[in-house]
Amino acid sequence: MTEPAFVYQTDIATTPERLWAALTSGELTRRYWYDRRIESDWSVGDPVRFYDGDTDVVTDTGTVLEYDPPRRLVYTFRPEMDQHGEPVDWAFTRVAFDLEPLEPLEPTDTGRVRLLLVHDRLASPEEAEGWSKGWIPILTSLRTFLQGPDPAAPAG
Amino acid sequence: MVRDDDAVFRALADASRRHLLDSLHARNGQTLRELCADLDMTRQAVSKHLAVLGEANLVVALRHGRERRHFLNPAPIADLAGRWIGKYERERVTALAELTRELEQESDD
Repeated sequence: MTEPAFVYQTDIATTPERLWAALTSGELTRRYWYDRRIESDWSVGDPVRFYDGDTDVVTDTGTVLEYDPPRRLVYTFRPEMDQHGEPVDWAFTRVAFDLEPLEPLEPTDTGRVRLLLVHDRLASPEEAEGWSKGWIPILTSLRTFLQGPDPAAPAG
Repeated sequence: MVRDDDAVFRALADASRRHLLDSLHARNGQTLRELCADLDMTRQAVSKHLAVLGEANLVVALRHGRERRHFLNPAPIADLAGRWIGKYERERVTALAELTRELEQESDD
């Protein structure tokens, strides 16, 4: 039986330090993560909390499992409320970010980083599918936030 | 970025590789052995196709104990969709400039 997981890997024109800041600074997560502000003291075992940027309500919680800047960040994660804002008591899942600097494509590149997200400890493939709907807008928006719009894209 | 798009389109322009992606969509995280059984293709053929899909970043292989499990990676297709569906967003450029400022302030502290 294969354990379900959601996996997302993307190359971002940025530096590991900037990407790390974007993942761990509440003021920056607000910019691309549904207005959620992440807060933690970032030692292993410390709580991680996401706050709604508007109301300051705690929307998601977890615990730091690994903190190795700017390479690997792992925390447990669960929503504290459902999509209607009702409190829920769900099992903790696990979110792992790996950052790997890449060789520049062009000599003029300032840097590229390969970001790998693995979200596992999920109950079912359906749950993985559900998470994918939340993650894809967050991660595409994180990429745009860090590197600006795709220069090859047609201006609209 | 153009180079990445070319690899994605080349990888998708093959029915066997699309079957492989369908199989992973139905059941993500399969090993090479499981994919061969599901698709009735030789191990060599599946390996070769997985290499092309991996090159295009459409599939990510993760070590899991002794095995390598293969996962669909939605990123290249999500980025392509953004290219034509998303409009040029000025506020994102502003956000980028602000990020630069914030990081510079941090390093000044």
